[in-house]
Amino acid sequence: MRRCGLILALAAAAFAGPLACGGGSAGPPTVSFYIFHEPSGAFERGAQMCSRQSNGRYSIRISELPSTADGQRQQLVRRLAASDESIDIMGMDVVWTAEFAEAGWLHQVPGAVRDEVSRGTLEPSLRTATWRGTLYALPYNTNTQLLWYRKDLVPSPPATWAQMIAMGTRLEQQGRPGRVEIQGAQYEALTVWFNSLVASAGGRILDDAGRLALDDTAVLAADTMRRLADSPAADPSLSNQHEDDNRLAFETGRAAFELNYPFIYPSARTNAPEIFRNLGWALYPSTVEGHSSHVTIGGINLGISAFSTHPDLAFDAAVCLRDADNQRFAAVMGGLPPTLESLYDDPGLRRQYPFADTIREALATASVRPLTPAYTNVSLEIQSALSPPSAIQTQSILGRLRSAIGNALNSQGLIP
Amino acid sequence: MSVRPAARLTERARGERRLALLLCAPAVVVMAAVTAYPILYAFWLSLQRYDLRFPRRSAFVGLENYVTVVASSRWWEAVTNTVLITVVSVTIELVLGMAVALVMHRTIVGRGAVRTTVLVPYGIVTVVAAFSWRFAWTPATGYLVGWLHIGTDPLTAHGSSLAIIILAEVWKTTPFMSLLLLAGLALVPEELMEAAKVDGATAWQRFTRITLPLMRPAILVAVLFRVMDAFRIFDNIFVLTGGANKTQSVSILGYDQLFVGLNLGLGSAVSVLIFAIIALIGFIFIKGFGTAAPGAGARR
Repeated sequence: MRRCGLILALAAAAFAGPLACGGGSAGPPTVSFYIFHEPSGAFERGAQMCSRQSNGRYSIRISELPSTADGQRQQLVRRLAASDESIDIMGMDVVWTAEFAEAGWLHQVPGAVRDEVSRGTLEPSLRTATWRGTLYALPYNTNTQLLWYRKDLVPSPPATWAQMIAMGTRLEQQGRPGRVEIQGAQYEALTVWFNSLVASAGGRILDDAGRLALDDTAVLAADTMRRLADSPAADPSLSNQHEDDNRLAFETGRAAFELNYPFIYPSARTNAPEIFRNLGWALYPSTVEGHSSHVTIGGINLGISAFSTHPDLAFDAAVCLRDADNQRFAAVMGGLPPTLESLYDDPGLRRQYPFADTIREALATASVRPLTPAYTNVSLEIQSALSPPSAIQTQSILGRLRSAIGNALNSQGLIP
Repeated sequence: MSVRPAARLTERARGERRLALLLCAPAVVVMAAVTAYPILYAFWLSLQRYDLRFPRRSAFVGLENYVTVVASSRWWEAVTNTVLITVVSVTIELVLGMAVALVMHRTIVGRGAVRTTVLVPYGIVTVVAAFSWRFAWTPATGYLVGWLHIGTDPLTAHGSSLAIIILAEVWKTTPFMSLLLLAGLALVPEELMEAAKVDGATAWQRFTRITLPLMRPAILVAVLFRVMDAFRIFDNIFVLTGGANKTQSVSILGYDQLFVGLNLGLGSAVSVLIFAIIALIGFIFIKGFGTAAPGAGARR
């Protein structure tokens, strides 16, 4: 009997819980902010600062999403599909914009906010937040890969992939470390690699309207991947490597080159001082001689849920969360590169990022992954067609990619 | 004791029947709510074009989702993998499980300790066990790759990945198999064995002519349970390879459609097909071996 009472009480609490959060209590309305866990506490600090600066208009409460991008997306999509009103601001991976906007889950960014946000923000970051000419999210932070290399082994950084593979091969043949570290496992980073190579050859996967635009540049890109996989400069675990495996391999001294995000910089300083002393950086190598590279942009945009009960407050809060002060803090403490271009001249940030100018240059000409509501399907098909890189058939790859991506765009067939 | 026709039921017997129905009703209602409703709803979803990302394009499409699944080479690849994993792992488990059950049955010293030890793998959470297998087989973190002098990462190739998945599955569920078989062994009367011994039957003859036939019901149950479980394999693969290198099982395929692709229609079609296959396996087992099993040994 007592047990029954306890269960009833728990059930009552469970039902009353969401209602109690919805309002009724005294104090400013709560704006919920769903984003992944950030270990340095930069997001938490931003939420506190903005709540205080709002002078009692709102109070931001952070709810943490799962650690993987897939897990974050699954939770958000499940709740948005059920018209969940408890979500106001969402930290969205740059590739989700089209999917969420097309499903009607995002508020369009109002004109005044759009004008304010567009000022001084990196153009490729804005492009990732735009779908069919409308801005749907506010660029929060960004990220991109650089070419990291060992200055003691490589006198001057290669400008193209062909040069880099040749240099690595020569080093390996001389019995010196010459490996090229890149993410070759079957997951999102394989799409990033392919996208960077296609863009750096002057092509693109989809056009602005979301239609298939793959051409011979895709063959060049796939051929580059295959040539690395076949060369002595490839890591034996290439087809199973993620970002952190590359970082480890580079720190153990087996590699001369690494294509990776700036998180490897503080890590090398702590873990491998010998290698850190000779650590050089350069722009991502190009696919074709004489053509500049266009590395793929990443990062997080802030979107406002269409089911939010106070979108105006949510937009105000989101604008505050991404202001210069909070972006600077997230960059210095959390290692998240800002989307506001002027911050790359900030002395505090430059102390942390000696490579700030290279990042800014890479970001200014960065490429965007395909903009389409079916992005996940498209990306999974690309990964499936290109994995493992050592088995890519250069002659037939274009046809295979075109038919697979064509099906994915119509959300037809089983995804791999 | 003969059953009386319903017309001659006494008032009291009728009252008891009513009470019995009333007592069963809550359980039936709960079962309907938690199993029948989701199954029927999944079937209903499987007849729709229903992608969470394109809510406006939802429509009734009849059997189109099933056609898509059955026409896809990915589905047949997953079915092949699943059948292979099921057949190989259950066969190994049956042989190993029988050996372990015989040991447990015959052990006199430290019986409790032996049985506890055998049960340890089954007590470990599958995901945790799968992670330890994964780390053990990964060159940088694992000891197995070093001991066996494997140059590369065995989890990057199709064949070796499948072998490791089967190994993890066998390691994990052999104890379950042997427990069920142990219960069956307890059914074999000791006198029968003694009599056979007196008649000069060898140990092997006693095992194949007496123990196995008498254990048939227990073996049937054990194999049926394991086949149904193995066919739904998910967690081991999810952790070990995530379905890469064409190591998908049908459950992984269904999960990907539902939770990664957010395509409820296609995903439900995959789930319903898995359900149908499992039901078919159960039906074949019961029809094929069921009637022969109990008492078949006693008739000779």
